[in-house]
Amino acid sequence: MYETIAFYLFAALTIVMFTITVMSRNALYAMTSLAAGMIFISAFFFLLDADFLGVVQIIVYSGAVMAVYAFAMIFMDTLRDVKEKNPSKKIVFFLSGMVALLLVIILLTPLISEKVQALYPFSDEVGNAEAVGIVLFTKYLVPFEVAAIMLLVAMIAGIILASKRMDESITLKIDQEIEEELQKGKR
Amino acid sequence: MESAFIIETIIKILVVLGLFSALAGFGTYVERKVLAFMQRRLGPMHVGPYGILQVLADGIKLFTKEDFIPQGANRIIFMIAPIITAATAFIAMAAIPMFPEFTIGGYTVKPIISDINVGLLFVLGVMATGLYGPLLAGMASGNKWSLLGAARTAIQYLSYEVVTGLSILAPVMIVGSLSLIDFNNYQSGGVSDWLIWKQPVAFILFLIAGFAETNRTPFDLLEHEAEVISGYATEYSGMRWGLFFIGEYANMFTIGFLVSLIFLGGFNDLWFIPGAIAILLKVFFFFFLFLWTRASWPHIRPDQLMWLCWKVLMPIAVINVVITGIVMMF
Repeated sequence: MYETIAFYLFAALTIVMFTITVMSRNALYAMTSLAAGMIFISAFFFLLDADFLGVVQIIVYSGAVMAVYAFAMIFMDTLRDVKEKNPSKKIVFFLSGMVALLLVIILLTPLISEKVQALYPFSDEVGNAEAVGIVLFTKYLVPFEVAAIMLLVAMIAGIILASKRMDESITLKIDQEIEEELQKGKR
Repeated sequence: MESAFIIETIIKILVVLGLFSALAGFGTYVERKVLAFMQRRLGPMHVGPYGILQVLADGIKLFTKEDFIPQGANRIIFMIAPIITAATAFIAMAAIPMFPEFTIGGYTVKPIISDINVGLLFVLGVMATGLYGPLLAGMASGNKWSLLGAARTAIQYLSYEVVTGLSILAPVMIVGSLSLIDFNNYQSGGVSDWLIWKQPVAFILFLIAGFAETNRTPFDLLEHEAEVISGYATEYSGMRWGLFFIGEYANMFTIGFLVSLIFLGGFNDLWFIPGAIAILLKVFFFFFLFLWTRASWPHIRPDQLMWLCWKVLMPIAVINVVITGIVMMF
């Protein structure tokens, strides 16, 4: 019974949070509610005894991805409302409605058809983290390593894009300039 | 059966909340006294014997102060932000086994609110979400100093999360579990079994990152008085400011418990000292270490902070993980 109550509570909270994210014109509200929604989603993983995935959900989405968004938001005036440009509301509602419907159908397939079954069902013998690790390093080893290489490429690309003037330290440079100016003044 | 479990959990939650809120208040008194003695002063002396009732006076002051919200601020986020800091600090404690099991009237009590098998990750993850408190506070305040504090929050917490995670990876590889209870049981053979002897580098890295994650002195750039007035907390007063403070002190205790459990034998019996008292001694030693460092080290500059994280601590942590892996393979 408690699990049912918890499920409906967190389902309602998640929907409310993501609705605020989509509907709000204020970037600060959108960001905060998105982060909160990500945390509420992790509650479903905990309810399903998938502790590891729940914690990963918190760390990756709320702790890292949203924090980077938030860091980018610092450079804008988040206290002012954003003027949105929606050429046609019909298209927006149609597309988002279709995507939502598609997701519901995908998630309902195990209920509709008996042919769709879990390849690696949850077992009590091994813990959560071990179960994820075993699947990742046996069946999905190649995709896993490819993903790692792609992340490495993305990281190197990011460093190259950002590092055009990395050898100049702003803090030190200003000190040096001040010293040079002082020396010029003495002469 | 299930109701008994729910009631037990609620009692545990209330005990942890009450105890650590009180400890946070008492911590301010201890901090002022320790700093005073290290600087050859007396500290608070007037309220009560040796100023011990100063905590109460401060509490009354904080509670009765006007709850002020500046005009330019975003009201809702401004009000939520301190609650996020305090809440995450206490939620992180849910997965920490504080003491060994004990029995009251034939009923065995596990002094841990929720025994999930990835406890260590949970604690670190929830502490990492604590960054939203200062961040949202700074962004909602409508104040340039607060915004600078928020920017510093984001870079500091994000960077040092990496060091925390990588440094803890080597002990996790040795123990082979993410449960803090397994960490404790692994070191049950006495002082020579402590993980600090196998992982001294990880211990030091985790401790340094702990100072940054709890925003304590060599790394307290978020509210560096000389540069950004009070950082993210500039516009806060009264109990909302107090909530930030309670969160910071609760996080200090969390880091103390984590370090004791992971590296220093946890709540196993130490020579003649029973386990519950042994872990308390360790936690209070680390609390004292936080104050000691505050009294003896100056602040560092933001660029020094980033240099230390990315060019010193992170490479050492990665090398430590690689060496641990090689040693475990052969």
